[in-house]
Amino acid sequence: MSAVVIEDVHKRFGTVEVLKGVSLAIEKGQVVAIIGRSGSGKSTLLRCVNGLEPFQSGRIEVVGHTVDQDPKRLRELRKDVGIVFQSYNLFPHLTVGQNIMLAPRIAKGMKDNDALALAKEVLAQVGLTEKFDVYPDNLSGGQQQRVAIARSLAMRPQVMLFDEVTSALDPELTGEVLLVMEKLAREGMTMLLVTHEMNFARSVADITVFMHQGKIWESGPSEALFSAPKTPELQAFVGSNLK
Amino acid sequence: MTTFGWPEFMFLVRATGWTLLLTAIAFVLGGIAGGALAIMRLSSRAALRRIATVYILVIQSVPVLMVLFMSYYGLALAGFELPPLLAASISLGIYVSAYLAEIWRGSIEAVPFQQWEASASLALTRAQQYRYVILPQAIRISLPPTVGFLVQLVKNTSIVSVVGFVELSRAGQLVNNATFQPFAIFGVVAALYFVICFPLSRLSRHLEKVLHVSRGH
Repeated sequence: MSAVVIEDVHKRFGTVEVLKGVSLAIEKGQVVAIIGRSGSGKSTLLRCVNGLEPFQSGRIEVVGHTVDQDPKRLRELRKDVGIVFQSYNLFPHLTVGQNIMLAPRIAKGMKDNDALALAKEVLAQVGLTEKFDVYPDNLSGGQQQRVAIARSLAMRPQVMLFDEVTSALDPELTGEVLLVMEKLAREGMTMLLVTHEMNFARSVADITVFMHQGKIWESGPSEALFSAPKTPELQAFVGSNLK
Repeated sequence: MTTFGWPEFMFLVRATGWTLLLTAIAFVLGGIAGGALAIMRLSSRAALRRIATVYILVIQSVPVLMVLFMSYYGLALAGFELPPLLAASISLGIYVSAYLAEIWRGSIEAVPFQQWEASASLALTRAQQYRYVILPQAIRISLPPTVGFLVQLVKNTSIVSVVGFVELSRAGQLVNNATFQPFAIFGVVAALYFVICFPLSRLSRHLEKVLHVSRGH
């Protein structure tokens, strides 16, 4: 059974249709990268998957949850689906440890001791054990993003969404974040990521999806897609990005 | 005719206590109502938003004095005789609520919307988002303007002297009626207001500086 099913999703902002009938299925443990120019609808699609963007028609189902705008169902969905943003979005008034423990304690009712052990475990996963008591402002962008990943992992999600998570980072800091994501992928996490890191998509993603003008223009196994793009649009896109 | 001496001065100091008490009561009452109104203004329910908007618009557009007259003379006519302190507290509380609601709404809106998205994505309810993520940050943002407003409130309490409540301004008038030394007396009254307001103004500016530089902690 697929972990994520997206079926003929249409989404408009006012009169502008940004998703024009998108369908996509992601198997459990699969890593799917979405690439495309800005404005192609790739981030919007990702945000539809955890209900941050409502959509007008079509169907999205994620690990047994049907995505709609009912607040209670959305919360149940979001306990199983993590998302990491481009701008990290850590809570600046809380320490790293508190950032991570907040949702497990509040949304899942976890006991303090269990939450503490969990926070230490996920921090170790992203290699930041020693930053437990530090405030986000005192971390580098790369470290903040790794904490954001740890915060998502603490919900024990079955699917993780990554929305251009390295786009705000200096080139020398992207590596440490990509490394964490690669490790997650190897450990079998189901991942859907929007990215501008073509090399990462090519080497880590099982499937790469190229979006263009609100549609999935071309998709397939990453290696094949990058080495032999079929449509002229993808050829142009790959050409301009690998140079 | 008496002259302005120690007993008269102490009378003014005691009246200053009433000014402070009135300020405190109005601030607490207005703060509770204002907080609720700020959140209503930002509610996803249109009806709540509209009620809060109209209330704030009306109260901000009429003089506090009219609210005071209505609650003191108006209610008396309708058979509810409110003691001056109560009428004054309620009227000022209403005035405070409308202004704090707007200050606090602005502070809540100043928290980046990504904080809402991130906390929603962690399966928090709207109340939990406010409680653990948004309000702690909004309160920090709101402190300087809130303390600044408090300074206005201290001075505006003088308005309640018209319903016979003896706070600092009214006490000054009374002493002046007996001694007729307006320069000395109102100078002292002004100095007493200054002693309260000046530290508050400084605090407001200090908070603005401190909270701006390090917004984490």
